[in-house]
Parts: sequence; C-alpha cells; structure tokens
Amino acid sequence: MKPLFAHLFANRFWVIAPPYVWMLVFFALPFAFILKISFAESLIAMPPYSDIWSWADDGFQWLGSINNYLFLLDDDLYYTAYFNSVRLALVATLVCLVVAYPMAYAISRLDEPYRSLFLLLVILPSWTSFLIRIYAWIGLLKNNGLINHALMSLGLIDEPLVMLHSDFAIYLGIVYGYLPFMILPIYTNLVKLDHSLVEAGYDLGARPWKVFVTIIFPLSMSGVVAGCFLVFIPAVGEFVIPDLLGGPDTLMIGKVLWQEFFVNRDWPVASAIAVVMLSFLIIPIYFYRRIEMQRLEANK
Amino acid sequence: MRAARVMLVAGLVFLYFPLLVLIIYSFNESRLVTIWTEFSVKWYIELLQDEQLMGAFFLSLQIACATAFMAVLLGTIAAYVLVNFGRFPGQTLFSSMIVAPLVMPEVITGLSLLLLFVGLSELLGWPASRGAMTIWIAHVTFSVAFVTIIISSRLREMDGSLEEAAMDLGATPLKVFFVITLPLIMPALVSGWLLAFTLSLDDLVIASFVSGPGASTLPMVIYSSVRLGVSPKINALATIFVGMILVGSFLVWWTMQRWQVYATDKKAAEG
Amino acid sequence: MPNSDAQTVIETPADVADRYALEIINVSKHFDDVAAVNQVSLSIDKGEIFALLGGSGCGKTTLLRMLAGFETPSAGDIKINGVSVLHSPPYQRPVNMMFQSYALFPHMTVEQNVAFGLKQDRMPKAEIEVRVTEVLELVQMTRFRRRKPGQLSGGQQQRVALARSLAKKPALLLLDEPMGALDKKLRMQMQLELANIIESVGVTCVMVTHDQEEAMTMADRIAIMDQGEIMQVGAPRQIYEFPNSKLTAEFIGSINLFEAVAAFDVASGGAAPCRLECAELPCTVVSNETDSRFAGPCYVALRPEKISLETSLEPADNNWVRGKIDDIAYLGSHNVVHVRLETPAGKTKIVQVHVSNFARHAKSLDFEQAVALSWEPEAVVLIKAEAA
Repeated sequence: MKPLFAHLFANRFWVIAPPYVWMLVFFALPFAFILKISFAESLIAMPPYSDIWSWADDGFQWLGSINNYLFLLDDDLYYTAYFNSVRLALVATLVCLVVAYPMAYAISRLDEPYRSLFLLLVILPSWTSFLIRIYAWIGLLKNNGLINHALMSLGLIDEPLVMLHSDFAIYLGIVYGYLPFMILPIYTNLVKLDHSLVEAGYDLGARPWKVFVTIIFPLSMSGVVAGCFLVFIPAVGEFVIPDLLGGPDTLMIGKVLWQEFFVNRDWPVASAIAVVMLSFLIIPIYFYRRIEMQRLEANK
Repeated sequence: MRAARVMLVAGLVFLYFPLLVLIIYSFNESRLVTIWTEFSVKWYIELLQDEQLMGAFFLSLQIACATAFMAVLLGTIAAYVLVNFGRFPGQTLFSSMIVAPLVMPEVITGLSLLLLFVGLSELLGWPASRGAMTIWIAHVTFSVAFVTIIISSRLREMDGSLEEAAMDLGATPLKVFFVITLPLIMPALVSGWLLAFTLSLDDLVIASFVSGPGASTLPMVIYSSVRLGVSPKINALATIFVGMILVGSFLVWWTMQRWQVYATDKKAAEG
Repeated sequence: MPNSDAQTVIETPADVADRYALEIINVSKHFDDVAAVNQVSLSIDKGEIFALLGGSGCGKTTLLRMLAGFETPSAGDIKINGVSVLHSPPYQRPVNMMFQSYALFPHMTVEQNVAFGLKQDRMPKAEIEVRVTEVLELVQMTRFRRRKPGQLSGGQQQRVALARSLAKKPALLLLDEPMGALDKKLRMQMQLELANIIESVGVTCVMVTHDQEEAMTMADRIAIMDQGEIMQVGAPRQIYEFPNSKLTAEFIGSINLFEAVAAFDVASGGAAPCRLECAELPCTVVSNETDSRFAGPCYVALRPEKISLETSLEPADNNWVRGKIDDIAYLGSHNVVHVRLETPAGKTKIVQVHVSNFARHAKSLDFEQAVALSWEPEAVVLIKAEAA
C-alpha cells in the first residue's frame, strides 16, 4: 500500500491504459463475439455464420436463434463430453495433488542450492514443448510400444496391455502435463511456512502425521486450492491430451469443440459449446481469481 | 520426510523418463521406436533438410521473441499498477482480466479471438488477413497474465522504503521507477521474458485457431506430423528442444548460484 | 504535478521564520475515519534534535511521514523555514530521511548511494565527488566507499544511511527509529555518536522512537505521543522530573503513583506547602507545590530513586510510611526493592524503591523485613487526575 506514490501520478490513467485497453480488446471483447455467434446459424460462406440482427428499412430486427443450444441438448454426445471432461479433469487433479504435495514438501525442506536446483528440475519439463511431451507417451504406451515390449520380454505379460487410447492414458497425460502447475503454488506456500510452528507441534507432543494434518496442511491450503484450480480448469477444456492419447470413446469437450470447428466447420455450434463450457467454468475461475489475488496480497 | 523424498525422486523419474526415451531413440537408425538397431544421426540431417519444418521453426521463433517483448512491457506495467496503485475504478475487472487467462481453456481463448478478428475485419477492415500478426496478438494476450504474476510477486517482495528513499532524495516517480525499481525487478523481467517466449513457442491450440492460410507455426507442423504416427524426425526435433532448454536453464541456474552473494546481499539489505 | 513556485510566498514574519526550522500547525491525519494524528502543533528550533516518543500505533510514524511528504495531512499545515511544504511532493522538499530499514539501494555501491541525492540536483560531477568524500569522512566510512550495502554490517549500513541523508544538506533531517535494526550494545554507542555527528553538522532533526532511553540520550526536546495526540513536550529532564500526566509518568522510567486529594492553604497566599490525604498511603504527604490548580483529586508521583529506605523505624510526621519487603531484584548497578504497605483502606500496595548495592549489604535487607520509607517534599510530583 503506497497511496502517496500512486497519488503522484497525476496522469496515472496513461500508465494503466496500455495493459487495460489491450486486455479489454483482446481478452474481454472476444467473449461478446463468441456469445453473439452462438446465436447465429451456420452458412456456407465467409464468414460461415449468419447475422443475428439487421438494421434494414424497418429498423432493428432480431434474427438470432437458440437452435445451437437446443442442438447441444438434443444430442447426448455433448453432455457425455461435458460430463467426461469434468470427471477426467477432477480425478486427474486429485491424483496430481497426491503426487505433487510430497514433492513440493520435499523440495521446500531442502537447503540451498539444492532447493533451487530441484525446483528447476521440476519446472524444466514444462518449458519444453507440451505437445512433444504428450507425444512422447504415445511411443511408450502403444500396443507395440516400449512399456509393453519391456513387460513382454520380461515375461510378465503374454499379450500387450491396452494403454493408449483409454481413460488411463488421459489421466496419465493430464498428471504428466500439469504436475509442475500443482507443485509450484504448493511449494511457494510451504517454503514460506515457519518451521518453528512444526517444531512447536512436536514439542507439544504431536506425532509427525498429526503435525502434518493439523499444522502443515492447513497452512498450505491456499497453495493447494490454487494448484487444484490451476490444473482442473484448463484440463476440462484440454484438447491435445484427449486428441493424442484418448480413444474414440473418451470424448472430452475441448476435442469436440475443435472437431466442430475444424472438421464440421460449424462455427456457431462451436461457439455455443464454448459458451456452455465457460458458463460452468466461471465459478471455479471466480474462486481462482480470489485465491490468486489473496495469495499475492499475502506476499507483501 | 523420507516418504516425501522418495516421492520427489519418483516424480522426477516420471517427468524425465519419457523425454529420455525420446532422446535415445532420436539416435536410432530404425524407424521403429521400440527396437534399437544402431546409432545414427540421419534423422537430424533429415530434419534440417525439411524446409517446411525449418520455415515453421523460424516463424515460431520470430513470433515468440516479439511476444516475449510485448508481454514483458505490458506485464511490467500491469504488475506495477496492481501492486502500487491501490484502488482505481475498474480495478476488479482489471485484475480479473489479468488472472483469468492463466486458467482459461485454450480452445475458448482461441475460438473467441478468432471470432473477434473475423468480426473486426468485417466491421473495420482490420485485420485484413490472419497470420503471424494475429498469432502474436493472441500470444501476448495470454502470456501477459503469466508475466504479470511473476513480476508482481517480485514487486511485492521489494522493500517499499527503497522507492520512498529515492523519492526522498529528490528523484521523481518516473526516475525512481527506472533507476531503482527496474534494476531491482530485473531478474523477474528476465524470467517473465523467458516464460512468455516458451509459452508462445509451445502453443498449438490458440495458434491453430487464429492463424490464416500460409502461416504455420512449429507446433502446428509437429501436430500434423504426429497425427500420422510416431516419427523419429520429431524425436530429433524434441531432442534439440530439450537440449537447448536444459543447457539454457542450467546456465541460468549456474550464474544464479555464482551471484548468490549478490542475491543474499539483496535479502539482507531489504531485511 | 503541483506548482511549487506558488508556495514560495513567505506568509509568516521573518523573525518567526528565522527561529523555527519546522512548524507543524494543527495537523491531523485520518485513515478511514480513524485519526492517526489529531490536531498536532509543534515548533522546532533551528539546530534542535527533537524526538517523537510513543508506543506503536501512537501516530509518531505517520507524523514523520507527513513531514517527508509520503502522507498528505487531512488538515493543518507544515512549514519548513517558514514556507509551507504542504503541496510539495517528497522529491521537492528540503527534507531527507534515514529509514528504519536504512533503505540502501542494494544494487549501488556506498558511494553511489550517497551520491544519489546529489545527482538528482544535477550537481557537477567534481562537486559530487567532493561532497561524497566529505560526508563519508564525517561518518568514517571512506574505506568502504566501493562496497555494496550487502557487504556491510548493520552499524556500517546505518552510517551510510546517515551520510546519504546528510549529503544534500537538508533543512530538516528525519530519523525513523534510527536504532531499530541494531543490537543493544551497538545501540548505546551509536546513539551518542549519531547525536554528535548531527550536532556537529548543525542540522535540525526530528526523530521517531519508541525507546525512551534513546530519546533521552539523543534529543534536546521530546514530545510524548499517545493516540495521535501530543501529551507533553519538554527537555528530557523536564519530562522525567515533572510529568504532567499519568501516561507520561508511567511511560518514562518507573514511578510510584498514589491516588490522593490535595488541599491548599489559600489564606497563606500560595506560600504554604500543599498537604495531601492519600487513600493509598498511610501518612500525610507534604509537597512543595503551591499551584492551587492541583486542588482536589490528583496523583502523588514518586520516582523509586527518590525514596529512601531505612531499617530504623523511628516515625516522622509526614512523608513517612512503614512496610515489609516483598521482593528484591538485583539489577547489577542497583537493587529494586518492592515494599508492601498496608493502606488505610485495608488493602496492600507495592512501592518500588531503588537501593544501592552498598546500602543493601550495609542494611542486610531480607524478605519480609520491616522497613520505613521516607522522601523529601520536593520529590513529590503532583499529577492532576484526569476527568473520568
């Protein structure tokens, strides 16, 4: 809080303006367009959708329809896809948390320079191409892939396990791809944790497990929640993972939207899918924003 | 604690094992990724001769550089505004627009931006065509969020009395920003730049939506080739990627360690 | 940006402007309806070292930040050398501050830190060089001029911070908890040294501290603040010897307070000593106070070192009580003896008395020993009981 410092910018409007206008035009405004197109009808033209209003001789006329939304309700493909996306994202988020928490805790308890080295090791993969990392699993999971090959030559299995194009592969892909996003916020919370609180817990007679449940975990809660949102929300709309690792039966809504747009070239239906997805993601996004702002305030 | 360490090691193996396999098999003579035949660099030679791939690579590189600069510029201002300006009209909207792109599913961002560009070109005639320019705008939009978060947490860690002291000694606010604030948050600016660069270089979904005919970025080319099946050429490309990033980050980490004295100085002085 | 030229009109008579380096006129500061500083007025002489003393949250730091220009007063005016600085931003005020954290720029050397303010004034390079050397010599830090702040100890950082804030020859030097970041031993040494440097430079100085010893060592005058208001202003001796409120008395040093009712012999025309009946002391108290405004309910204040403790129980008329030793605390230089009295109301009251080591041995004091306490009339300070 530096009220005076801020006050000194008599023309502070001009400081705020560049990022504000940019985000307003290129982040907020597009949602108005997506909402608009979701009421239009698909045409074979360029752009491939109809107008939803006109300013003809008789003034304003509404030409839009909710047909696209009715269409989504009509075909069980869509709500299966929505349901699947949420289910897969949720389970993968929980697995991610279970894997990430001990890792974050272990790193936070290391001494420098090992702490920053291990943190770097955790972050590094996420700096290489996401696409390539997911692609790497294809070669491992295939029926004639490396894992099946290894298991068969060890004599553990007789015929290959079906791993690629399954729910399992999607869980694996999400956990693999998003693990650093879960580790980082938990780590930043844990590293700030005053270790004397833990020692006080032991001193007062609590066993390690009890100390973890009653002291460490509650104090790292905001990192846990932020990490869960950071994994869950984008995972719901994930495209690359279901496309490369998922099978034809494991539909996720991101892939459905992609196909609607690129394969069927039906922009209005794709827009309607996006609007519906956004409308149920808006609540987690709202809570995520609150948590993220609080975490930033707490740093001060 | 021991269980946590075991998990850390297991998690790291999990993270690196697929990459390691990828790298090893990029030197395999055979087209098959399961059977090792003999060492060869022929896939690297083929990669370098693939004009489409190399063209996409240089396009992606250009977009990523331009994105990183713009994102750091906007992100620095945004972070400064969020940390130092207190309340201002429309602040909630501002912070929402900064944070939401962190979690927004890519298909939504991509589709909505495409519809914006199409709508705008109908209304205003701009953008006339889609390509590198629209991809750049889209990439800046979603990477600003990440850059802002990195820089604002550094700004918040900074001792506010340093800026006050500079002002007390006669420096105007603008001068304080350039002479005191900027040098002190420079590490965050560098990591923000690198992050925006890799985010842009990595993006498939959003670029696919907002790109036009003729402008194919590297991930778009990789994707179309990956869909056809595993190819050792992609392994070779991945190896170059991973190698570059590993070497780059270890250099950064190494310099950071050597600057440790400087870093601890800063901590002591900021107390 | 506010136009500072409009502020250069001198509104006060020249002699007043000459005398006071700083005038704080009815300054208030409200944060969301809470008054952090309430109607404070102070005039500070040129060359004076003035301390704002109070507990945390008393408003002393807010007042200091208003002087530097980091906060804007909600009401009132601040004049430096007779000129209002109310509308000047911090970077245009002839005021420099030494921050509690020192706020040394970590990416600059000692030399660059000290030169920073001079550079802002666009002083020629050669002159900057001379001035930097001058102030670094003053604080004996010339040897360290090429070091970064992180390579200096706490005491050395403080010297650099002082040099930096003196470099511009400010009309007013502000010190925010100057010893706050130092350990106790270094503190004592630096208090005197800092005060000497400031006096030798002759700069007017306002410091903020919560440490009474620091204020008394360094300052010419002290203002005690509480809840945004000034309780008492005076020289250290004056504040210690004649506290004007229960709060000041308790804040500075330790003190024994007894509820009393003062009666004055009006017929004597103010010549006769004041006599007090104390509900908490089993004797009549006589004071040299002649000011009849103390008539009625008040407190009798006695410093522990002004009470003498005797083992002989020979009674006296006034200013004499008997009690038993409740506790003895050995403090090295002296002992604090707690004596338990039976009050007329049948309760017990603990009185603190300072006894030298020599006296303690000579009298071989022990727990529960019966002792007599006595004091001179001039040791008695009267404090008006505040209207409840």
